[in-house]
Amino acid sequence: MGLLSDPNRRRALISLLTRLNAPICVVCYMAGVAWFMGLAFEPFTLRTYMSENAMGSTMVEERFPAGERALGTGREFSAHKKKAGGMPVDWLVKTMQSRGLEVFTQRFSRRLPFPDEDKERYMVKGTNVYGILRAPRAPRTEALVLSAPCSPGDDNNQAVGVLLGLAQYFRNQVFWAKDIIFLVNEHDLIGMQAWLEGYHHTNTTGMDWSPLQGRGGSIQAALSLELSSDVVTSLDLVLEGLNGQLPNLDLANLFYAFCQKIGVLCTTQGKLQRNDWDSVSGYSHAVQTMMLMVMKQASGRPWGDHGLFLRYHIEAATIKGINSFRQYKTDATTIGRLLEGMYRKLNNLLERLHQSYFFYLMPSLSHFVSIGYYMPAFGLLALILLLRALDLWIQLATPPPGVLSVLTPLVISHLTGVALYTLPIHFQEIAVEHFPVSETEAVVLTAIAVYTAGLALPHNTHRLLTGRGTENGWKVLKLVAVLYLAVLLGCTALINFSLGFILALTLVPVAAFVTPDLCSATPACTLLFSVFLFQELQEMPVSFLDGWMLYLSVISQGILDHALYGSLVYPLVALLVYPCWLLFWNILFWK
Amino acid sequence: MSLTGSTRRFSPLVPQENAGQFFSSGHTNNWAVLVCTSRFWFNYRHVANTLSVYRSVKRLGIPDSHIVLMLADDMACNHRNPKPATVFSHKNMELNVYGDDVEVDYRGYEVTVENFLRVLTGRLPPSTPRSKRLLSDDRSNILIYLTGHGGNGFLKFQDSEEISNVELADAFEQMWQKRRYNELLFIIDTCQGASMYERFYSPNLMALASSQVGEDSLSHQPDLAIGVHLMDRYTFYLLEFLEDIHPSSKANMNDLFKVCPKSQCVSTPGHRTDLFLRDPGSALITDFFGSVRKVEITMETINLTEPIHSFR
Repeated sequence: MGLLSDPNRRRALISLLTRLNAPICVVCYMAGVAWFMGLAFEPFTLRTYMSENAMGSTMVEERFPAGERALGTGREFSAHKKKAGGMPVDWLVKTMQSRGLEVFTQRFSRRLPFPDEDKERYMVKGTNVYGILRAPRAPRTEALVLSAPCSPGDDNNQAVGVLLGLAQYFRNQVFWAKDIIFLVNEHDLIGMQAWLEGYHHTNTTGMDWSPLQGRGGSIQAALSLELSSDVVTSLDLVLEGLNGQLPNLDLANLFYAFCQKIGVLCTTQGKLQRNDWDSVSGYSHAVQTMMLMVMKQASGRPWGDHGLFLRYHIEAATIKGINSFRQYKTDATTIGRLLEGMYRKLNNLLERLHQSYFFYLMPSLSHFVSIGYYMPAFGLLALILLLRALDLWIQLATPPPGVLSVLTPLVISHLTGVALYTLPIHFQEIAVEHFPVSETEAVVLTAIAVYTAGLALPHNTHRLLTGRGTENGWKVLKLVAVLYLAVLLGCTALINFSLGFILALTLVPVAAFVTPDLCSATPACTLLFSVFLFQELQEMPVSFLDGWMLYLSVISQGILDHALYGSLVYPLVALLVYPCWLLFWNILFWK
Repeated sequence: MSLTGSTRRFSPLVPQENAGQFFSSGHTNNWAVLVCTSRFWFNYRHVANTLSVYRSVKRLGIPDSHIVLMLADDMACNHRNPKPATVFSHKNMELNVYGDDVEVDYRGYEVTVENFLRVLTGRLPPSTPRSKRLLSDDRSNILIYLTGHGGNGFLKFQDSEEISNVELADAFEQMWQKRRYNELLFIIDTCQGASMYERFYSPNLMALASSQVGEDSLSHQPDLAIGVHLMDRYTFYLLEFLEDIHPSSKANMNDLFKVCPKSQCVSTPGHRTDLFLRDPGSALITDFFGSVRKVEITMETINLTEPIHSFR
């Protein structure tokens, strides 16, 4: 007879499962964590390689000559920016037109749900300026984008200068097969969102923008440039986009290949890669780089202007120039040549980038871990929940449990979640009237208040719970809650592995071992801990007070990202993770 | 029936000997079928290969009316070409093989396996123009040159279909049975090219390939200004060799087999002569790459008795 249909064998298997359940769970957890840490170990990773045939090797001759002139243009831009007190629209239009581009502008305005520290007002208004370089002989079916943000103060002037210098150089070449759009966007991500929505005729976030008068074809790839100094020591590549989406790995491979060819230092997460992978410090360096990527991806916010392109299936990355204390400096001409080489190679593309991986982690710029290798780490953690569920199911086999008894806690938890999602923004006016706080603080403090109120629920809703006090009542609730958490974390990990993994790492031990006696941690603690860890990894450790301030700003930023760009982290946590965790909190106070 | 038979006065022996030499190889006309099977900008070198052979063949005397040129993509007018209307075969742009008198018979998507086989076997619809037909007869020597991406036993056409070595061998057998060639020289420059001539079984076929089974044919040199590889190694050295051949050259096939040894080509070129009835040493290069204009010497005089009146 088969393994599961033979009653003797089945009984033996069941007894094994119930006896060894806790040890197996602990082993699985250790294995999951060890697997994850092992991902950064270099022999377990693969070297990056160019997968797209059409892009091939770095076999082009870069001839961009005008780095100094580009820097001069940047200084002009800075002067006009100061004079205009924002985006110097007329000067930009005139300059782009003199370089032979077709220039268009787009106005946009956005009412923020609450003013944050940067904007300090409810209404954000701006203008985007973009110029299209038409391909001399090709039909206007495809386009590439190069963008630089117009930042307040002294930031990113050189980026706009290099952009205009490249526009002039590119205009004189005949080999472009795609239109190139040179975009200068105001207010960073808000302007970029307006431009993208206008370009693709969608309106997902309720923004107000004027329609685009000029258009290229469908955008194949985009690069965003951030350069705030005349010389740089290294170039940093930022990949993480909205909701943890990443561009195709071939874009990172292209950048790395050109950095090697031209001889520029290139980094990811701001960390230079090391060769001594077999030493402890080398390995910890790789782990730190990978953990930074995981944390950035888990936050679900776009870490550069490129992050919003990914939603439209346009591969995009941000290149940041970093000027630190190294001897060897790279000038603007070399940066221009690197971008020229990359754009010539992107010009050769015949289809969208799709040959390489879309889901990966990078412990360094030359090595990567693909989804097939990192998913088992999460699988091992999810296995713990399933084992626990099996164990509870066996324990509850006689008498059969009443599932309806868990309905009340479920409904109440989800109502609390809905409250956490909607109340902070709606009640901020009332809060500002009654308490001496700014709008941002009002929103965050309301969120924390609702969260804590939810914690107090089990004490007050005892009367409504049926089956309370019975031994099996909490087991039924725990079974449902564990399965709910497993499904939730599984779906999250598929979309945003880092978020799913971090939530699993902290919530699974709690969920697996909670009983009416043991205490547990909360998702809020996870967030607090993550904030401190993030600062440590970036080698900027903070004191507790600063960390607390940062923590509050992270919450407000999460709510704002959701309202402005459609980031899914805040609704996920408020509407699903928090109610699920409240069920476990209910179990804790069962008696 | 010999020309110098019957009751005519015999002139000195020397022109007769020369006349005998003219017909030693047995063919009276030359054809060439040159095929490039790959498209896309990064396969620039395959088009350059084919155009180099076209250029040599034309220079040595075969006219456009006797050349069927099939190019699967248009590199000269590709949007990415920094020098439009040119296809270069040497870096530093020394040699433009596109020229200004190229005639492409099958272009773009017309280069398919079916069209290629129909050209070889002559089974074309009646509406096909003469420039797209291989109008060879039993006294034609044909040069067939193929280049592109290949593997063990197949050649890829246009990223969507393949021709196998069995199909090719059967097509040549059809040609033999329909008496469409006198002798046929088959050159192929792809990876594992030798697998394509393994299955030939018709007489009077000679074949050359740029690499053996299991070997890759490599490209020669990239040009950084254009951004692609310009030629494959085998055809590059073949072109160099052919540049030294002129229409009255006496170089023979054994010299052709020596083109591109392993030190230059990295792969090992191969050839096959067992089906060829003559000794390869007696087959001249110009028997296939050039066009012999045969002169028939007549010893008769013909009297035109009446003058032709012109019309007013």
